[in-house]
Amino acid sequence: MTPEQIAKTLQDKFGQAIAEACVEGLHPHVVVSADRWHEVAVFLRDDEHMKFDWLRAISGVDRMEDGQLEAVYDLHATQPSAEPGGLWGERHGFAVTVKVPRDNPHVASVADVWPTAEWHEREAYDLLGIVFDGNPDTVTDHDGTHPRRILCPDDWVGHPLRKDYQFPEEYQGIPGWAGDDRPLDKKK
Amino acid sequence: MSEIELQGQPDVLIDVDAESSADMVTEELLINMGPQHPSTHGVLRLLLRTDGELVLEVTPHIGYLHRCAEKIGESLTPKQYVPYTDRLDYLSAMNNNLTYALAIEALAGIEVPERATYLRMIMAELNRIASHLVTFGCFGMDLGAWTAFLYSFREREHIMDLFESTCGARLTYSYITVGGVTHDLPDNFIERLREFLDYFDPKLPEYDGLLSNNHIFVRRTANVAPVTGEQAIAWGLSGPILRACGPKWDLRKVSPYCFYDRVEFDVPVGEGRMGTVGDSWDRYIIRMLEMRQSVRILRQLIDQLPDGDVMAKVPRTLKLPPGEIYMETENPRGQLGFYVETDGSPIPYRVKAKGPSFCNLSIMHEICRGILIADIPAILGSIDVVMGEVDR
Amino acid sequence: MSFMVNRFEEGLMITSVDWALNWARQCSLWPVTFGLACCAIEMMATGADRWDIDRFGAGAYRPSPRQSDLMIVAGTVTYKMASRLVRLFNQMPEPKWVIAMGACTVGGGPYYKYGYHVVKGIDLILPVDVYVPGCPPRPESLLEGLLRLRDKIAHNTIAKASPSQSESAA
Repeated sequence: MTPEQIAKTLQDKFGQAIAEACVEGLHPHVVVSADRWHEVAVFLRDDEHMKFDWLRAISGVDRMEDGQLEAVYDLHATQPSAEPGGLWGERHGFAVTVKVPRDNPHVASVADVWPTAEWHEREAYDLLGIVFDGNPDTVTDHDGTHPRRILCPDDWVGHPLRKDYQFPEEYQGIPGWAGDDRPLDKKK
Repeated sequence: MSEIELQGQPDVLIDVDAESSADMVTEELLINMGPQHPSTHGVLRLLLRTDGELVLEVTPHIGYLHRCAEKIGESLTPKQYVPYTDRLDYLSAMNNNLTYALAIEALAGIEVPERATYLRMIMAELNRIASHLVTFGCFGMDLGAWTAFLYSFREREHIMDLFESTCGARLTYSYITVGGVTHDLPDNFIERLREFLDYFDPKLPEYDGLLSNNHIFVRRTANVAPVTGEQAIAWGLSGPILRACGPKWDLRKVSPYCFYDRVEFDVPVGEGRMGTVGDSWDRYIIRMLEMRQSVRILRQLIDQLPDGDVMAKVPRTLKLPPGEIYMETENPRGQLGFYVETDGSPIPYRVKAKGPSFCNLSIMHEICRGILIADIPAILGSIDVVMGEVDR
Repeated sequence: MSFMVNRFEEGLMITSVDWALNWARQCSLWPVTFGLACCAIEMMATGADRWDIDRFGAGAYRPSPRQSDLMIVAGTVTYKMASRLVRLFNQMPEPKWVIAMGACTVGGGPYYKYGYHVVKGIDLILPVDVYVPGCPPRPESLLEGLLRLRDKIAHNTIAKASPSQSESAA
């Protein structure tokens, strides 16, 4: 199916949940509203024309001017070969973007649809702060209930990939920079 | 649970509540493997929940090498960022450079000269051989075969010599950059490459005799932690370990980038020759077979290599038009993906790197149930993670 | 040997004892396997065929810090890893030495400016004896660093504690 056909099928089936469709360009995608994303995900995996069985990556993006955080899901559908031992091909590839407000960034987890999403969602929480409700590895601490951090230590403060992130002055007694050198303050 | 099945031997059931051991009180033990450990291929921490020698659950903890690659990508121009892509999967630096360069060139609409593309492919395939040699050596070393390590590093030094004569570096090259490659080949490179390929061809059957068909090696890796094809795709595996489970999927064949459609090569898949399809032995042998295919590709590339420029005319300050792209290439460990979003300024708005080892490692939790502690190096070595691209 | 340190008067002839102890220590520096990142591959290449580190006596890499006396920190140290690094250093018995291999351990390396999770040089947390710059340093550079460390050990004397023995890890 071409990106236009995929976008049209989704819009016909889910109507208002598909906020916009951008099928021109190098990265065709649709924007899905966060409250119906799980439904759309199950449809994308199970529908016989879609059959998106491979979630390649979940990329989080910080849209500070719009006050939103975005999660971009890159999906692909494999085509097993007709004869045994033959080369596999690809049916189609598509992307889905889910936008959430920056002050209340909650999205349903799709780790039950594509198990690989578990670690990608933990990383998106760790680096950007998007909370995926229902992730299999969820903890509750002073920051609330959220997926467990995966890259930064558990007691790390802040979400590093946000555009307004403050670099730490020190961590557990280790200074952030050697001596008085503050490279980020220097002019380029 | 009162009975635990020993993985790989379904007719052996270990009854932990058996009469004979009624007076023996056993407890579960949490053992920490790593982050400093000789067999964890870098700074990986595995938390093992064990009952004696039997492993009930493995939880990988990562992040000990998180080097902020994505934040740096948002702060530097593409040409400045190329050296950081080297350090993602540092064993196959050329391939990482290639993925990022292809992504930026697609966004900026730069056309790369033909000779440059052929040089990129030559370097990428040579680096594939070098990377698989390290896997072969370290896997052998983890299981106690120190000789494999010495043999593979001996071969690898020849490849390092070739790379060093071209671009000056042994491990992190930054050779493939936006617009082409940085240097043309030195005068005698092609002869030395042909010599290396002629020298390397008979070595591969030697390694089979040394390790692949070795009785101890087979006993330690066959039937250990098999993965099915559907499981592999659901968990996002890619690269040799996906092919070991059955699917004949190679991104160089599915959607060829550079000129991979102009060369002929086979795609080896796991057949379960020594045990089950998708077990650790299959994951290992795929890499040995892939090295043979890489040699085959290299011979064809040398014959097809045209003359010409090695670098396109790229302006000093590269203006990136607004857009986004997700570009993947077939690296030795799987499919490395770069999601790059630009907003019109010379510095990208968002650079996200998806390392193949990140997805490949996530399956450890799923397949390591009912194995022995001694199987963990076998599984980890066959999955072959490089923490640089897991943690980025 | 620490019971002997600082118990001698100035001027007591201990040259041949010093010479023997230093010779023994410098010719059998056993490193702990501490490869973290890309520099670890060059450290492995130093231990492999072409640049055999074993001819200097330093090829017996020990997995356990309690059996080693040299720590070659090869690769970037992050904040998450820093506490483990210090713990392993403290577990090494005296006398012990540290080689900081690679630009990342020397001063943060390429991650100096934007690396929020990278320790900008391990001398912020450990006493370092030899710095080997490079990204990654060639095996010859690492061997040169090892030889400089041997020269440093040659100047040790049991009359005074060496700097690594008197400082404790931060």
